[in-house]
Amino acid sequence: MTLTIGLTHYLVVAALLFSLGLVCVLGRRNAIGLLMGIEMILNSANINLVAFAHYIVHDITGQVFALFVIVLAAAEAAIAMAIVLSIFRSFKQIDVTTTVELKE
Amino acid sequence: MQQNLTVQWLWLIPALPLFGALINGLFGLKIYRRYGEQPVHSIAIFFPAASFIITLIYFIQLIQQPAEFRQLLCYLFDWIRIGSFSIPMSFWFDPLSAAMTLMITFVGTLIHIYSIGYMHKDPGYWRFFAYMNLFMFSMLTLVLGDNFLLMFVGWEGVGLCSYLLISFWFQDLNNARAGMKAFITNRVGDFGFTLGILALLWALGGNWLDSQYTVLYPERLTLVFREIEKFAPLLVDQKIWGIAVPTLVCLLFFWGATAKSAQIPLYVWLPDAMAGPTPVSALIHAATMVTAGVYMIARLNFLFALSATAMTVVAVVGALTALFAATIGLFQFDIKKVLAYSTISQLGFMFLGVGVGAFGVGIFHLLTHAFFKACLFLGAGSVIHAMHHAYQQMNNHHNDPQDMRNMGGLGKQMPITRWTYLAACAAIAGFPLMSGFFSKDEILWKTFSNSNTLISGKILWVMAATAAILTAFYMFRSYFMTFSGTFRGGQATEVHLHESPATITWVLRILGVLSILGGIIGLPHLWHLPNLLEGWFEPVFESVSDLLNWHEYSLTAEWTLMILSIIIALTGFGFAYILFKDARSRIPVRFKGMFPGLYRLAFNKYYIDELYQSTLINGSIIFSKICGWVDTYIIDGLVNLVAFFGRVFSWLNGLHDTYVIDGAVNGLAYVSGKFGQSIRRIQTGRIQTYIYVLLGGGLFLILVRFIL
Repeated sequence: MTLTIGLTHYLVVAALLFSLGLVCVLGRRNAIGLLMGIEMILNSANINLVAFAHYIVHDITGQVFALFVIVLAAAEAAIAMAIVLSIFRSFKQIDVTTTVELKE
Repeated sequence: MQQNLTVQWLWLIPALPLFGALINGLFGLKIYRRYGEQPVHSIAIFFPAASFIITLIYFIQLIQQPAEFRQLLCYLFDWIRIGSFSIPMSFWFDPLSAAMTLMITFVGTLIHIYSIGYMHKDPGYWRFFAYMNLFMFSMLTLVLGDNFLLMFVGWEGVGLCSYLLISFWFQDLNNARAGMKAFITNRVGDFGFTLGILALLWALGGNWLDSQYTVLYPERLTLVFREIEKFAPLLVDQKIWGIAVPTLVCLLFFWGATAKSAQIPLYVWLPDAMAGPTPVSALIHAATMVTAGVYMIARLNFLFALSATAMTVVAVVGALTALFAATIGLFQFDIKKVLAYSTISQLGFMFLGVGVGAFGVGIFHLLTHAFFKACLFLGAGSVIHAMHHAYQQMNNHHNDPQDMRNMGGLGKQMPITRWTYLAACAAIAGFPLMSGFFSKDEILWKTFSNSNTLISGKILWVMAATAAILTAFYMFRSYFMTFSGTFRGGQATEVHLHESPATITWVLRILGVLSILGGIIGLPHLWHLPNLLEGWFEPVFESVSDLLNWHEYSLTAEWTLMILSIIIALTGFGFAYILFKDARSRIPVRFKGMFPGLYRLAFNKYYIDELYQSTLINGSIIFSKICGWVDTYIIDGLVNLVAFFGRVFSWLNGLHDTYVIDGAVNGLAYVSGKFGQSIRRIQTGRIQTYIYVLLGGGLFLILVRFIL
């Protein structure tokens, strides 16, 4: 039996990536780390999209969608970095558990 | 007889003085301050004088008419109209009102002229003339009005002016008090007058029908004199409270007349009214206003002639007043008080005249009295003026310039005043051929020979004759005390005495001449000369002549009585001459020593004022205090109790509002607030928490999907 790389492998990789991202988002208190976790979650979704497009749908809609997500992630990262910068300016730190002024 | 001639400008007679009063009343102060006294009195004299001239013109027009056409009517407009009942604003110029109007405008104008000198340098100069003109307007309205209501307007107007002028120098409390006394006493009379009008209207229009008042004759509802005259005989059988209507109505009107014309029991205000300036006393409280009651009775001759009772009451009250006031007049020392009581007494004579049915004669005495009493008052005013000035020159402010005990011998300094005063004294005393002789003798004769009153005319005659003796006595007493002998006010003061200015003396001259000659308008029949006045009044009084009866007496009796009147006048004069000429006789002083009680009684006016004070006035004060107590504690208590209940109720209502309604609203807000507070904790602001919740939710959904 030859080992062929199939859909399941992709899905497992994507699931592992998603889980790592989730742990990162839940565990980190640093805002930059948080963003990184979000990037990983997004990319796990991208893998899923591309995999499903290749093995099930047999066209390139998934790839196109993935491209949009990457662009979106870039935009999101840019805005988020700007917010983090301004949080740093006012709090001299970027710990998300302590910067909870808005809840009051 | 009911022939009216319509004229256009009659209303000007009362309106012109009103106009003068308005000018001086509204702008008088400014005119007085800027231009001085002259324009003020020029205006004030011009308008009454113009009224006099208009009166003369209409009087001449009246004379030219045949006797039965001698009525001029000036209808302006309907004043009040209620259904078929209307009161016109119209003036009526018949022989009676013509005679009155002539006298009022003539004497009034003269007294205005007199006032120039008398009121000179008075700070209220303009006010005085405004009031005087207003008085002329009111008096002329009273006389010329052709219905009761218009007469009543004048009746009230003269009362108001009388009040204003009595308390003219209101800075002195006594003057203000005298004004109030006059006004309130007049109000008492006005009450009777009003009741009279209402009772008359009531009786004219309908009657009780099944114990309910029903208007039976709407066409009879009127207050116009000549209309009432037509219906008056129909009232004889009608009764109110068992009293015949004419009697009741006449008594009510006479009640009004007793106040206005100062008769018993409401005469008390007139002596106090002398607090006003002397021209006022002359015009209002001697010549015109106080005679309004006599005029009113003469005007209502058709009613009074229907009721023997009312006639008797009028005659008896008149005779009593004449006698009573004369006895008080004997002992007064204030020259104006003497004249005041003499006015009351003379008014008594007039009421006696109209009371016995001799309406024309009563008016005749009214006219002659207007001349001689105005002359007397103005003479007294002239004396007071001189005395006042002399005292002022001496800087003596304590002596009363009206007290005759400080006078004497003034004839030397004031010859014109003296001679005119003497002429008027002779006239009022009834010296032969003087004006007062004719009118008073006529009244005495008519009283003696009348059979209209329920009590004998002879008794009334005795009373009136006694009053006439007293009149002659006290008038000459005042003359001798003032003008004869030597001055008793001190040599230093005497130097400053001088005759009054020309405006005063000329008026005195004119009135003095009229006092002497005024009687020729009513010469007695006995002398076979024409009696102008009686012929003149005939159209007015002829309708009642059938109702009146006179005893027939021989010419000898009439002559005897006339000679008796002359003796009466001479007796009074003689006693006064003996007792008071030159203040030489000691008898008056001795009399005072012999009968101190009697003297004090008469000097203090029989304590009538004190009697009224202690009974009527204090009585009404106590009554008003009781009413005040009832008001404060019972009426107010009830009102306050209701208010208290209202307060308690609204307090409870307030509690309900605060705690129940507001509590519900606030409770709702509180609950929502608390709820929001508590669930706010979910919003932690930590991203991780949200993600945990998100994850939990997702897991939960997955579990639900696969397990359930």
